[in-house]
Amino acid sequence: MVIFVVLRIIPGDILIAFYGTNEVSRITPQQRAELMEALGLDKPLYIQYLSWLKDLATLELGKSFFRTDTVADILKRRAPLSLELAIGSTLLSWIIGFPVGLIGALKRNSIADYVTRVGTILFLAIPGFWLGLLLVIFLAVQFQYASPIATAQIWEDPKANLQIVWAPILMMGIGGATYIARMTRSSLLEVIGQDYIRTARAKGLMERVTMMRHAVKNAILPVLTISGIILGFLLGGSVAMEKVFNVRGLGEILIRAIAERDVVMIQNLVLMYGIIFTLTNLVVDVMYGWLDPRIRYS
Amino acid sequence: MQTTTESTAVAPQTQRSLSRQVWRTLGRFISQNPLGAAGALVLLILVLMAIAAPLVSPWPEHKGDFTHMSGEPNADHYFGTDQQGRDVLSRVIFGTRTTLTVAFAALLFGTTMGSLIGIVSAYAGGKVDLILQRFLEILQAFPDVILALLLLSALDPSLWTVILAISVTRIPFGGRVIRSVALQIREMEYVTSARAIGAKDLRIMFRHVAPQCVAPYLILATAHLGVAILIESSLGFLGAGVPPPTATWGNMLAFANFSSFKPMWWMAFYPGLAITITVLAFNLFGDSLRDVLDPRLRNR
Repeated sequence: MVIFVVLRIIPGDILIAFYGTNEVSRITPQQRAELMEALGLDKPLYIQYLSWLKDLATLELGKSFFRTDTVADILKRRAPLSLELAIGSTLLSWIIGFPVGLIGALKRNSIADYVTRVGTILFLAIPGFWLGLLLVIFLAVQFQYASPIATAQIWEDPKANLQIVWAPILMMGIGGATYIARMTRSSLLEVIGQDYIRTARAKGLMERVTMMRHAVKNAILPVLTISGIILGFLLGGSVAMEKVFNVRGLGEILIRAIAERDVVMIQNLVLMYGIIFTLTNLVVDVMYGWLDPRIRYS
Repeated sequence: MQTTTESTAVAPQTQRSLSRQVWRTLGRFISQNPLGAAGALVLLILVLMAIAAPLVSPWPEHKGDFTHMSGEPNADHYFGTDQQGRDVLSRVIFGTRTTLTVAFAALLFGTTMGSLIGIVSAYAGGKVDLILQRFLEILQAFPDVILALLLLSALDPSLWTVILAISVTRIPFGGRVIRSVALQIREMEYVTSARAIGAKDLRIMFRHVAPQCVAPYLILATAHLGVAILIESSLGFLGAGVPPPTATWGNMLAFANFSSFKPMWWMAFYPGLAITITVLAFNLFGDSLRDVLDPRLRNR
């Protein structure tokens, strides 16, 4: 996490972002010192770093330079929405991608396989936010749709919340599904080539049982591993997606914070993304060890 | 590509047989990987288009046609115009320049840096290996776009900082893959024999280990070109890419997003289509290049 701080140090003069270039030249050195003190930027960098660590430990996370609410407040309000998007679309990409991949591998070289393969290659190349943008425009032209302005958490108002999240989840889910489908197909094909599948067939097991009990079970593991990567990809993609569909999640505020050079905000938000990403990868690792007893962590 | 690099400074006789050989290799590549060849062809066209952008595009990049602002596609403007009356087709063509420059440069920097780290890490082993691997892990702890956004928030967005930011996100991949390759090579006998005759570490690393990493390096670089373009365009869309008025496909899409009151589909459709076609071409080409250079990985 030290790298964070190294990166956090570089930003240009924050006061320029505050008051605009013209105004800055009129600020006297004394006013400048006072402002810097108020923002806590006058102290040496290592003190800034230490106080940030303290903030993290106490979960207070400091104040945004521009907003009156603390970063913790903003996170509390916005993180659930982004998490909902990420988790929802990961689930959806499993729901779509896994069966598609199975069909591709089980009915290899059939028309269905061919179609899904072309589909996955195509969707790998399509930027998700472009698809989202087209959807928004299409809905706007056809149904006078406008993306909801108000936000709602899922526990407050499920219906309003769903109206906000369905479209981005759908778009990101399709994107993630291509990875899942690709991985499922190649991993299942590899398993089918193994000796124990031949053994299972040789001892006269029904094809369906062979596939479900022996093949698919073993093919799931690599797909599970890639889920971690997909989540990262979806988290990154959700930033653009939140902008397209006007969802007030972490990504939307991150973009604003970057435009405003709100350093405290940026560093905490990026840390948040890092934590979510690392945690899910950890969960995937643990599940991996649980599903495959051959893998043990010492 | 191959013809130009190989046929220079060779005696005329051998040159002819060499060029024939090159053509034959090329022919085999096309017949065995029609999709990859198609991808390569599209890329060639894109590169030519980027170089000759001022000649090819019907309108200038920045100058608006004020009689026809936010106009639908018509005979004058095949792809329509944006809010400032700028021709979308021309800007898509000019955008090819930014996209290709960023993608190639970022991959060159990022993968090379990563590969160097990988080679050093594998060869040195021990503490150096440990530290370098932790460094790569820290880079990998963040989603690509977020990491690039973080870097761009610290540096002022320009063509070079965008290239830098994207190349940093590519470093861990180069580091990981090349390290695993170099680890195998390090154990080979010819490396031991090089050490036995007293070659220095640096010499072994770059004369003996590095050449063996070229194939995986190329595979990795082409495989990630598409990803780099996707990152570049989403950065552009988020307003952290190469800043306007330079045309990039990403910031054109951002412009399209502004106009949600009066939706203009052509502003969103064509730049995105350009991204899709380019990424598709890179992916297809990259896949078949991988098949050719490393047949063991076929069908994966």
